[in-house]
Amino acid sequence: MEKLERLLAEHPFFKDLDPRYIQLIAGCASEVTFKAGEFVFREGDLATHFWLIRQGKVSLEIFAPGRGPIMLETLMDGDVMGWSWIVEPFKKQYDARALDLTRAIVFDAMCIRGKCEEEPKLGYELFKRFSQIIGERLQATRMRLLDLYGAHADA
Amino acid sequence: MVLTLMPKMIATADGIDPMLPRPYRVQRVRRETYDTFTLELEPLRDAVEFSFAPGQFNMLYRFGVGEVPISISGDPGQPKTLIHTVRAVGATTKAICKMKRGQILGVRGPFGSPWPMEESTGNDVMIVAGGIGLAPLRPAIYHLLAHRGQYGRIALLYGARTPKDLLYTRELEQWRGRFDLQVEVTVDSAKPEEWRGPVGVVTALIPRAAFDPLHTTALVVGPEIMMRFTVLELQKCDVRDDQIVLSMERNMKCAIGFCGHCQYGPTFICKDGPVFRYDCIKELFGKREI
Repeated sequence: MEKLERLLAEHPFFKDLDPRYIQLIAGCASEVTFKAGEFVFREGDLATHFWLIRQGKVSLEIFAPGRGPIMLETLMDGDVMGWSWIVEPFKKQYDARALDLTRAIVFDAMCIRGKCEEEPKLGYELFKRFSQIIGERLQATRMRLLDLYGAHADA
Repeated sequence: MVLTLMPKMIATADGIDPMLPRPYRVQRVRRETYDTFTLELEPLRDAVEFSFAPGQFNMLYRFGVGEVPISISGDPGQPKTLIHTVRAVGATTKAICKMKRGQILGVRGPFGSPWPMEESTGNDVMIVAGGIGLAPLRPAIYHLLAHRGQYGRIALLYGARTPKDLLYTRELEQWRGRFDLQVEVTVDSAKPEEWRGPVGVVTALIPRAAFDPLHTTALVVGPEIMMRFTVLELQKCDVRDDQIVLSMERNMKCAIGFCGHCQYGPTFICKDGPVFRYDCIKELFGKREI
């Protein structure tokens, strides 16, 4: 547990979080490893967990009939994976597949939600941090919607 | 007040009329992607070397069709061959991309301000390229590698639409194999069977690059929206505005500041740019009226 607490405290996502809360969160966390090619979760799964990738690479994919899987985004060392656990209906929207051997810290969402109910300030802190991630990913998605690198006839 | 990185015009060092195209023969055409081609050119009449600085551009004249500004994408240390990478997007560029070995192309130049290679010595250098933007940065990369000892860490961050849109893939692989160069490539979308690298926007690579923000020069080329977000990300990482250098693009016609087509506030992109330090143009950058 001590090792997990240290890992969490050192991670930028939990920067400046009260050590008491780190201890609470660590109680809902464990270490996990995914082999290359292994699915972390599938579209439609209940969002029962989220992950902090320590090392490796995971691709978020959607399956298009007739086209097969399409990679939407990759998450790598230090990234947080999964925010559906905080937003109803608590279901995964995409597949997540490890591209390389991936080591992560996995969090039990039910456990974390329970701690947040008991400690609303912890809930607010986590909500702020996840909002940041959701905002960044929304912005990145919008940038890609612009098709920035596409050919625009001019000459 | 707008200051340019290199206010003086470097063009026509050989004293030739800058409006007169010189004939060059196409020596080789290499297909980079489905719509982008690299042309190797050699002078038709004389064997003079074509000296240029990284970041400069030429006006390429496809006789009977039109003339377009195209960045020089070859090695400044190999001035005997002139290299341009052209994306077929309009009538002129499509005609240029269809050219075959032996055909003649008119060349005026080189024009414009260069990348601050001298000023960046001793610094880390971060190169951020989007799409065809890697072409004007390639001469800078050649220069950095040829003078590797003069610079700190070098990171090349490159974003493209899909793996099929990546330029210079063989060189990217070679550069990735070096121990003294960090190369990160991302694409907007991909199929798992064709790509094992990152998927996402190029700006997401910036915090992952190894650099000292206090002593870094960032060279950025890509669509203007991409450059806006790149500047924001660099600023978040504590890179100062005067350490960020952009290559701007406008409708350049004469290339010597006469016609006014590429006017950018009080400057002309063709002769005051295309390479500008961000702090010199930040009042203009992103302004809708310009």
